Amino acid sequence: MTDAEALPESFEHVDESTEALVEDTELPRRLKDRIYGAIEENEGATAEEIEEIVKAVVARYEDTRVDALDPVGTVSAQSIGEPGTQLTMNTFHFAGVAEIDVTQGLPRLIELVDARKTPDTPTMTVHLEEEYATDRDKAREVVWQIEATKILALGNVSTNVADMQVTIDLNEETLQKRWPTYDDVGEIAEQIQDTIESELKVATKRKGTTIAFGPEQPSYRELLQLVEELREVVFKGIEEVTRVVIRKEELDDREEEEFVLYTEGSAFGDVLEIEGVDTTRSTCNNIHEIHQELGIEAARETIINETHETLAEQGLDDVNVRHLMLVADIMTNRGTIESIGRHGISGSKESVLARAAFEVTVNHLLDAAVHGEVDDLDGVIENVIVGKPVSIGTGDVDLRMGSGSAMKSADD
Amino acid sequence: MSISGSPKEIGKISFGLMDPETYRDMSATKVITADTYDDDGYPIDMGLMDPRLGVIDPGLECRTCGQHSGSCNGHFGHIELAAPVIHVGFAKLIRRLLRGTCRECGRISLTEDEQAEFADRLERAKELGDDPDDVLKAAIRQARKTSRCPYCGETQYDIKHEKPTTYYEVQDVLAGEYSEIIADAMQPDDEDDEGMAPTELADETGIALDRINDILGGEFRPREEDRKALEKALDIDLTEEDENKLMPSDIRDWFEDIPDEDLANIGVNPETSRPEWMILTVLPVPPVTTRPSITLDNGQRSEDDLTHKLVDIIRINQRFMENREAGAPQLIIEDLWELLQYHVTTFVDNEISGTPPARHRSGRPLKTLSQRLKGKEGRFRGSLSGKRVNFSARTVISPDPTLSLNEVGVPERVAREMTQTMNVSERNIEEARTYVRNGPEGHPGANYVKRPDGRRLKVTEKNCEELAEKVEPDWEVSRHLTDGDIIVFNRQPSLHRMSIMAHEVVVMPYKTFRLNTTVCTPYNADFDGDEMNMHALQNEEARAEARVLMRVQEQMLSPRFGENIIGAIQDHISGTYLLTRNNPTFTENQALDLLRATSVDELPDPDGEEDGEPVWEGRTVFSELLPDDLNLEFRSEADDEVVIEDGQLLQGTIDEGAIGAFGGDIVDTITKEYSKTRARVFVNEVATLAMRSIMHFGFSIGIDDESIPPEASEQVDEAIEDAHERIDELIETYRAGDLNSIPGRTVDETLELKIMQTLGKARDSAGEIADDHFADDNPAVVMAQSGARGSMLNLTQMAGSVGQQTVSGERINRGYEGRTLSHFEPGDLSAKPHGFVENSYRSGLTPREFFFHAMGGREGLVDTAVRTSKSGYLQRRLINALSELEAQYDGTVRDTSGTVVQFEFGEDGTSPVKVSSDEDDPVDVEAITQRVLDAEFSSEEQKARFLGEQVEETNLSEFAGPGLNKAGQGVSDD
Repeated sequence: MTDAEALPESFEHVDESTEALVEDTELPRRLKDRIYGAIEENEGATAEEIEEIVKAVVARYEDTRVDALDPVGTVSAQSIGEPGTQLTMNTFHFAGVAEIDVTQGLPRLIELVDARKTPDTPTMTVHLEEEYATDRDKAREVVWQIEATKILALGNVSTNVADMQVTIDLNEETLQKRWPTYDDVGEIAEQIQDTIESELKVATKRKGTTIAFGPEQPSYRELLQLVEELREVVFKGIEEVTRVVIRKEELDDREEEEFVLYTEGSAFGDVLEIEGVDTTRSTCNNIHEIHQELGIEAARETIINETHETLAEQGLDDVNVRHLMLVADIMTNRGTIESIGRHGISGSKESVLARAAFEVTVNHLLDAAVHGEVDDLDGVIENVIVGKPVSIGTGDVDLRMGSGSAMKSADD
Repeated sequence: MSISGSPKEIGKISFGLMDPETYRDMSATKVITADTYDDDGYPIDMGLMDPRLGVIDPGLECRTCGQHSGSCNGHFGHIELAAPVIHVGFAKLIRRLLRGTCRECGRISLTEDEQAEFADRLERAKELGDDPDDVLKAAIRQARKTSRCPYCGETQYDIKHEKPTTYYEVQDVLAGEYSEIIADAMQPDDEDDEGMAPTELADETGIALDRINDILGGEFRPREEDRKALEKALDIDLTEEDENKLMPSDIRDWFEDIPDEDLANIGVNPETSRPEWMILTVLPVPPVTTRPSITLDNGQRSEDDLTHKLVDIIRINQRFMENREAGAPQLIIEDLWELLQYHVTTFVDNEISGTPPARHRSGRPLKTLSQRLKGKEGRFRGSLSGKRVNFSARTVISPDPTLSLNEVGVPERVAREMTQTMNVSERNIEEARTYVRNGPEGHPGANYVKRPDGRRLKVTEKNCEELAEKVEPDWEVSRHLTDGDIIVFNRQPSLHRMSIMAHEVVVMPYKTFRLNTTVCTPYNADFDGDEMNMHALQNEEARAEARVLMRVQEQMLSPRFGENIIGAIQDHISGTYLLTRNNPTFTENQALDLLRATSVDELPDPDGEEDGEPVWEGRTVFSELLPDDLNLEFRSEADDEVVIEDGQLLQGTIDEGAIGAFGGDIVDTITKEYSKTRARVFVNEVATLAMRSIMHFGFSIGIDDESIPPEASEQVDEAIEDAHERIDELIETYRAGDLNSIPGRTVDETLELKIMQTLGKARDSAGEIADDHFADDNPAVVMAQSGARGSMLNLTQMAGSVGQQTVSGERINRGYEGRTLSHFEPGDLSAKPHGFVENSYRSGLTPREFFFHAMGGREGLVDTAVRTSKSGYLQRRLINALSELEAQYDGTVRDTSGTVVQFEFGEDGTSPVKVSSDEDDPVDVEAITQRVLDAEFSSEEQKARFLGEQVEETNLSEFAGPGLNKAGQGVSDD
């Protein structure tokens, strides 16, 4: 695309008459600029040719516009719903990264349209800033900050029933790897000890990298419970993220490669805070998290991308994005994410009849009575119900076919 | 409320509750008898079938409006309830109001300021289109917190709601043994506590000493203030909870006190819906017409469910009144009251949880008011949003390649039933008379005539001759469908707009609808017993719209992906593939035979000579169908370069990628650059040419076409044996614990994955081996390569090996403990026990393989069944949410109330129909510029089209109008 700032004046081969001709059309700015660009590239053209170019562009432009009064909503809904019959029901499949399971197909599409608070399989794609993205060790550092580190990953846990003691034997190598900023292993162990104390509320003893503790009163049950709880304690990273996978990927535009992190579980807000994370490219498949962190426009974009990817994964990438945009736009129209269905858009329609005809018929009627609602019969469904022409498409045109007698009276 | 008083067009609908007085005013009669008809079969006066409530029996006259059954809509009656009862639908709101309003003065327990705040919030909610119910809920929640009415100071008690319709006021009342409690507290119990003398107590509480003594003696019950003082002084609790049942009459009195202004502040409209109207004192009796009784064959009458319910209500109501007048004990009265409440409740809604549904004698739950409205078959979805229509027909469909894709073959029987109204004038009077003369039995005949005075006469075999003479201008004749009429054709499920398209009628013998096979794709139809619906259009506007917007050729492009959805399918593709792949030659006779069903009647110059006779190449024959100035280059499905220059196919194979439905390049280009009419002609002619071509070459497939020579099957066996060995190795390494897991997967999962991979490769190599042994003219190969039907995978499975069967994406792992079937060793991880099918479909499956295959197949069936229902619901929700959106003249997308959803559709206002979805750039300025500068135009006409100087002319019919018509006047640009 031509740079928007490139003004017509900067073109050598575009003269005033050309400009007058082009500016006189109803073309949008971007197309006008591209005409100048094209003429410039071909080092000018005769007046006749320019006229033809403009004519052809206008013809093509007008030909590709949506018709006024086109029922675009219904068409878009059909264009997404119809391929729904071709999607698989198989919930899990590997998408892109073989190591991470992601909900796909129809269940994922339903999940998106429902605007569920948490998706079935939340994941994030975390891109890294340049210096982290090329260095595996530095990328690892980020991984340790994201992935929830639990005790089993750090060392061995043994339970001594006789002494009523839980002993943790930390692996020094792992500690150093996961806490690269510390020099002393002891310090790390101390930190872990503190975490255990505050989380489990028990007194602990530490010797080097070995931590031991037990219940206050000797109790077998309590001991086992402590071990259970210990397993769940998060020592480092984000609790929600259970796994992070590093992948080397080629960049689109350059021949370079970079490390990209894929996560199982998501906590988008927390990840954005981490140093080394490229906040401009990282995403998350939970539209609500995106909404909260990046705003409604980003949420809209995510809905479009996610629906598109879900369809593309099943070979249905031929669905025009404009349909997906319309769905995303109506879901985000009020500034919050609304689901498609009785709890969202269909449930908040103005018309009583339209709501009653969708779902929970009786309640809508009773509520309408209490609030003394009035149905003005503007929408589609209401007019189908009362048997009037629907005010969409050809029904929205205020032209009437004249008959002989009516014409006469109009002449008078 | 007479029919003449009802408006012709409904402007708006207001909802509200009704005042009992209005019920009485509206009522045609009071209903007091629980009976319907007397012994003679006449409706009983003031009974449930009172003739004043309307008539259902033909011949009787309505006593209210004087009209007969059919024209009388019926009239409401009423029952005077002996005692007020609660309307179940409002049970929740009643609870809320009880909790939020003062028991004494009826005002909402919120200060003026708070109320004003909620009124503001309500206003805001209305502006934003939020649910006003949420504001009400919030207001009640806050009001409930206040323990004392801010206006009259009365203490408020908690309300307990016992579902569905019983309410209790939970009060703290003085405990029965209050004197004991006080005495107990006054006793010194250990050294620190000295106890309290009555005098001390009197001092501390400010109650007179003898009063204290009375209280201690249990002779006087302390009042609230005294109780509080005592409690404070002795640090005791003197209360116990007591539930006081609120009778509907109490609630009614309570609600009557709620002031209008307060109600308005929480969103209840006092003008339309006073809360006390939620407690019924008068029950409206729906007109007879809404609950018609049916006369069974044996002459017995069977009453509607609603009538049954009303009988119950009236009976109990009578008993209640009698008992009360007789002065029955309170207990009996209360029981009857509850029974009356139950009947009224089930009359309104018979699916209340916690209440046993009222049942019919046969045990079937009654379908009462709510059930009539609810659900898919309910009034709203079943009768209002979807209606039954006249002038429709349904029958089986079958193919007819001789029809144009715009046409549909309609059986004569259907054509005789579906009529079109003809306005007789001087110009068509003879025509009209012919129709009438033919009568209702003869084909193009007529069924009815309508005189200018509005009287409709049925045309019969007997009167048709006579009637034909009477037909004059200004009469209307309902004539049969004839060739060229426009109708609407539909196949369910109607998933997209191409599921309903307009066709031109061709009346045919026999009893099925006939379709051109190319329209199977948009309808998703086949001929294995599919049925379709036809609708005859009944006014000129509808017919015009159908012709201009809905005709098949107008729906050529799918809005989903912006390319053609109509095109050649199956044998059409095989046909053109055979015709163009090796570019065979044809003699004059053969070439003319290929083209004989098309509009081409002259051959071009021959391409060469064979045996002294001129011959034509297949590509030349095909080129005859192309527009003369078409230039196109693309890669075909069979992966060769197709070049079309000036309407001549110079090289390449014509297969699915060129002419197929779903974006065949040639069809797509013709539709977009020429016209839809030209595309229709092209598709029709390609189909006929292809049929001729495939008949010329002969095309069949049999079991021998999938057989491979013995050496090939040996190779296949080898490949599979190889895979088995590799799997054994894998299992060995796994058992030895040496298998390295893929990052993020367990060792078990890794093994499974690797085995699956190996087996997948084994099947593929089996397929490749088989493939090598198939000639290029093998019919299965032809179909797979041209994209006509089937794939190479299908061929692999038929000839090579069927391969791994899966259940939810994994090898089959279910069945017995440790093994899938009793034929295998437990713990065997190799291929065969987990559903690998070595055999091909041709060689036949072993019983075990067959079983695993059936398992995989079953999963597929279940999957489709679940999917259809889920995606159907998704579709319904999407349509419902988006149905109101429309592109406006200013380019924005708005809903019907004017809310802008997009400022420009799809961010650039580009129509998804006219631009393919994989096109990044709807208006390619650079390419347009280049084309103009290079002046690459084959003809002046093409240039004119390119510059938009020549607009596609509207073609309205197969038989007339611009473009090509069926009579064979040739393609206009030829």
